Amino acid sequence: MQINTPFFKQRAHDALADENLQKALGNLKAGFPEKRAIAVDRMPEFEELRNQGRDLKNHILEHLDLYIEQFESKVIENGGQVHWARTAEDANQIILDLCKQVDAKTVTKGKSMVTEEIGLNDFLEANGVQPVETDLGEYILQLREDHPSHIIAPAIHLNLEDVSEAFHEHHKRPKSDDPAVLMQEAREVLRDKFVAADVGITGANFCVAETGSTIIVTNEGNGDLTQTLPKTHIVVTSIEKVVPTLEDMTLFLRLLARSATGQEFTVYNTLSTGPRREGDQDGPENFHVVLVDNGRSEMVGSEFQDMLRCIRCSACMNHCPVYGAVGGHSYGWVYPGPMGSVLTPQMIGIEKGGMLPNASTFCGKCESVCPVKIPLPKLMRHWREDEFQKHLQPKAARYGLAGWAFMAKRPALYKPYARMASWFMKRLAGKKGRIKKLPLAGGWTDWRDMPAPQGTTFMKAWKEQQKNGEQP
Amino acid sequence: MVNHMPNSSSGPRVGLFVTCLADMFRPSVAFATVKLLEQAGCSVEVPERQTCCGQPAFNSGDRKTTADIARQTIDAFDGYEYVVGPSGSCIGMLHYYPEVFDPSDSYYQRALNLKSRSFEITSFLFDVIGANALQEQLKLLQFNHKVTYHDSCSGLRQMGIKQQPRQLLQQVQGVELEEMEEAETCCGFGGTFCVKYPEISNRMVSNKTDYISNTGAHTLLGGDLGCLLNMAGKLKREGKQVEARHVVEILAGMTDIPAIGEADYDLAQQL
Ligand code: SF4
Repeated sequence: MQINTPFFKQRAHDALADENLQKALGNLKAGFPEKRAIAVDRMPEFEELRNQGRDLKNHILEHLDLYIEQFESKVIENGGQVHWARTAEDANQIILDLCKQVDAKTVTKGKSMVTEEIGLNDFLEANGVQPVETDLGEYILQLREDHPSHIIAPAIHLNLEDVSEAFHEHHKRPKSDDPAVLMQEAREVLRDKFVAADVGITGANFCVAETGSTIIVTNEGNGDLTQTLPKTHIVVTSIEKVVPTLEDMTLFLRLLARSATGQEFTVYNTLSTGPRREGDQDGPENFHVVLVDNGRSEMVGSEFQDMLRCIRCSACMNHCPVYGAVGGHSYGWVYPGPMGSVLTPQMIGIEKGGMLPNASTFCGKCESVCPVKIPLPKLMRHWREDEFQKHLQPKAARYGLAGWAFMAKRPALYKPYARMASWFMKRLAGKKGRIKKLPLAGGWTDWRDMPAPQGTTFMKAWKEQQKNGEQP
Repeated sequence: MVNHMPNSSSGPRVGLFVTCLADMFRPSVAFATVKLLEQAGCSVEVPERQTCCGQPAFNSGDRKTTADIARQTIDAFDGYEYVVGPSGSCIGMLHYYPEVFDPSDSYYQRALNLKSRSFEITSFLFDVIGANALQEQLKLLQFNHKVTYHDSCSGLRQMGIKQQPRQLLQQVQGVELEEMEEAETCCGFGGTFCVKYPEISNRMVSNKTDYISNTGAHTLLGGDLGCLLNMAGKLKREGKQVEARHVVEILAGMTDIPAIGEADYDLAQQL
């Protein structure tokens, strides 16, 4: 996928002016966070589950090699194959080769952010294999040649009208704006694709080491058809998704559903354990797991290791006031919101991704809702430290900071300087009590007034008062 | 280091962390803090060698400057039983100091120690001194207005400040607290964020001022001047008739001083 992250500011500007998008974002704000709050209220032990989730993930990351190798040998034992992909390019090539092995013309796909991350669709198409998205949201996006703006509700930026138009254009049927009709239409079109597909590609929410199973959770059931009908099922997932046991998996399923949509459990929880066995009614003949690294193993043991706990629930973006204002596409690459602001620089480089960890007030809401307690603001701050060390921040910001630091480290200089600033701004404000336009602070006064200071500093006034022994 | 003699109180010796915004923009907030501390029986001192908590450096990724400022602050507040300031965000920054030192650094332990004895003012009054400590003084006060309270992010999520200012406010005669929608959502200030990403910040503060004015409150209260300057500035720009004050101004009975961004007030001339 094209990287537009350096243009975050321009994209945010456009997003703020886009009325349709703003309407759609308004719906999001009222939807997921409220449902999550209700679900959490109903579960008094939720906080305890979050601690368990955090601790278990930490344990897994400490022994990642062990669990991932256990997972691999179990998959093989079950008759499946495991492929290791160090980079996105490796992953794409492996998947293409697997498709070619069975002469695949079309592949159906369940929703998978990892395949977005590696840019699989474009790669397959360029090499003569037609991917068909079967998650409703992803399907709509594919018709519109669009990309997800959210990790679990990929088409959240669209309104009904957009969908109705896309269907009308591509399905060549009468236009409808009845969601039920549109849904039926998608079903009918997709049925044929399911049957025709040679390969089904899904992601995995978790990989279970003790059984060699992968699991996907969906609310549409499209994943089941994607993975059971074609002869070949390829699971594309990443190394940090491994959990030791089925029971451990259920802990995360409970956290995931509540944090994501406020459901107690996602509607479809589908486990895949190897290819079809003798006597099985259905299932694929070939079962492959592609384990993508793409920068993750570098995070193990680094200051960003905590990020690998992420279970992709989307709570952080659902609750993020910045995401809520500008939407997912502003972030300019695959992963939006707070989790994207930490992951994106890791995957595309801080030189291109630096805008994101800076676009945060560090309000901490994301961390407070994250089911595995990832300290997202702290990790974004680590990226800023990386930028600072590499002198990547804009010159004005760097010199401004250096000038301020020089003062702040010298109390004897700082005090008269503060007094002067207070006096100066007070004069600028005149009798009004506020400043409409402040030189060098256009970022502030273009949008809001600057309340006037009281004319001198506390340090000065306090000293005077102590000298005079009177109240100001 | 200390520029005046402690008063004759027998209570704890408190070092006031002024915060740079109170120092430069609204000294009356620091004076109100001193007043409340003294009413609570503390003897208050203002260490000379304090400047800023270092947050701009910390959040810009400049760890060296952060550590320099942290050392300076730790030294300045050495020996006080408590360190108290009118900001959850700045005191919250003091609580981050242990993170900027290596555990082998001698300042690491001192940073932990500073963290254990530094408090935001409403939390200090309510959690340390006690819920009813100011009962006598507060019930003599009168503020016959509807107010609404913005929970600043660091105060709320890092420092656990939610009930403390509300409980204290309830003890003032006439105060009617009307909660706004999304009181816990960020106002969009975020230190340098508001000038680095002004349009996004503007959207956030515009949402906020809508929620504020929807309550019909006469006064917006909060515990952090950064957020208050941001919201007051936006309320003024939009022509909304809501005043904005730091909560300590109400608690200390200092409402004769014009609200934030309101009218001409020259402290220098009062001295
Ligand atoms: S960072 Fe936390 S809240 Fe965000 S998607 Fe990952 S698990 Fe969910």
